[in-house]
Amino acid sequence: MKSDTIPKAFSRRMARFFRSDAFSAIGLLAPSLAGFALFYLIPFGQSVLTSFQDRLGGSFTLSNYKELLLSSSFQKAASNTFSFTAVSVPILVAISLLLALLLNQRVFIRNWLRTAYVLPLVVPVASIVLVWQILFDWNGALNAVLQQFGLDRQDWMKSNWAGFVIVLVYVWKNIGYNVILFLAGLQNIPDQYYEIANLEGASSARKLFGITLTYLTPTTFLVVLMSVLNSFKVFRETYLVAGAYPHDSIYMMQHYMNNMFLSLDIQKVSSAAVLMALCIMVLVFVLFRTERMFRSYME
Amino acid sequence: MIKGWVAPLLRSLLLILIASLLLMPVVLTVVNSFMTERDIMANYGMLGKTDTSLFVNLKWIPDWVSFQQYGEVLISTPKFLYLFWNSVSMVVPIIIGQALVAILAAFAFGKLSFPGREGLFFLYLMTMLMPFQVTLVPNYLMADRLGLLNHPGSIILPGVFAPFGVFLLRQFMLHIHSSYIEAAKMDGAGTLRILVSIALPMVKPGIAALVVLLFVDYWNMVEQPLIFLQDAAKQPLSVFLSHIQDDVLGVSFAVSVVYMMPMVLLFLSAERYFIEGIQLSGVKG
Repeated sequence: MKSDTIPKAFSRRMARFFRSDAFSAIGLLAPSLAGFALFYLIPFGQSVLTSFQDRLGGSFTLSNYKELLLSSSFQKAASNTFSFTAVSVPILVAISLLLALLLNQRVFIRNWLRTAYVLPLVVPVASIVLVWQILFDWNGALNAVLQQFGLDRQDWMKSNWAGFVIVLVYVWKNIGYNVILFLAGLQNIPDQYYEIANLEGASSARKLFGITLTYLTPTTFLVVLMSVLNSFKVFRETYLVAGAYPHDSIYMMQHYMNNMFLSLDIQKVSSAAVLMALCIMVLVFVLFRTERMFRSYME
Repeated sequence: MIKGWVAPLLRSLLLILIASLLLMPVVLTVVNSFMTERDIMANYGMLGKTDTSLFVNLKWIPDWVSFQQYGEVLISTPKFLYLFWNSVSMVVPIIIGQALVAILAAFAFGKLSFPGREGLFFLYLMTMLMPFQVTLVPNYLMADRLGLLNHPGSIILPGVFAPFGVFLLRQFMLHIHSSYIEAAKMDGAGTLRILVSIALPMVKPGIAALVVLLFVDYWNMVEQPLIFLQDAAKQPLSVFLSHIQDDVLGVSFAVSVVYMMPMVLLFLSAERYFIEGIQLSGVKG
């Protein structure tokens, strides 16, 4: 086709389009978008559909959700996961905030200390499993200490104590992540605020609550969100320490999902995923909303 | 004068105490990896046994420094190296693939304007926030349809297209001042040219951060291989290590050290990028 057969205006518009941002964006996004759609968006849409079908390609029904919500193992998994998050996140956030506040003052070897706090984050869980077993086994080190003090030994991983062990492992693992975020937040608070407070003779407590914690609030929202999301990953530790069939008190959502995958119950697994996605979206929405409200209140 | 450093000293001592508690599991693993197998069995052999009243004996200093475990792991038992290789052969393609895909897409999201940009990015963001319990379901459905189950591809492909890299690099791209790009456009540079010669050098720290964070994440993976790989021989070392105490307790400390070393060394040499990456991956609304 000769170029003069195309109307000039059209060809000029085409030429402009080929040089525009939108055209380049399509090209640059193509690989990512294709894979993202193929492995995430499209199949997630499919699992939403599946969750409303009685069998693959069947008619619309809510029975999957009903069965799911009534099933005792789902209830156990959901309530364990929920209570684990509810207990462990406040503990983790409080401890890491304290550590960050301490680290942000004058201390020796600060960089070494920070490295030490962050290191657990990069150590693969699997390579530390043995240490948790050595500590919390029936014949483990903790029981040895208890025995020495004349106390009864506990079967830590096979009793209600198991949840406590998992909280400990979760805090150990994630403390560094939160300390990094808190330290960045602390360093963003302008020094002048403290200087002015000093001139006005404010007490340390007043400075802590009036300046530090107030201006740290946006960071705290972020830390809480990340801690909640990381708390869903604790299955890793649970699985590695306690295996596929842990004590009832640490039977988590992921254990339930794994069992459903194994029995190829795609309807159930889809409904569970959709419910969980909804919960996360609500959580994110609520957190962002409260943060925005807080910000407008500050200004 | 003295009062000036008493408080920092006390604070430092407290922080050092906490740090040593946190490092304890790592130190114990490394120290014990230099014990002989016989020592290990004598001190820890009663783990998981109910027919004994003996307790484990925490050993901080080996009676005898030996490389016997390492010899066993690295030379006599090819199985460990084989599983180590399984981990490498899944993690490396994911890192390279995701970095390449993400550089292109992050530039588009961060520096080009096109209709639907915010909405599309929101989808990426929400997907990134979803836990495994949600994302593994679509991953599984697609892997099943493509016949990839029980093949490393079922882990590598979703890994390559996971949205985290796009999100993180976009954060770095946003920091590039638009005037650089405008100037290059004036000089007649095309988008690809701008990406390669201007954006890429400026987001190098971002790419470094992405590589470290992805390595941490995938070197550690447990959820995906458990569901996608039925074959024990295809599993990465992480899953294998979970049931190690039953059969090969004697060498398990050395295996653990071999497994954590690449991660720890990478972290210590790229700590700056790692920390910057975490700070910027904070989702700011």
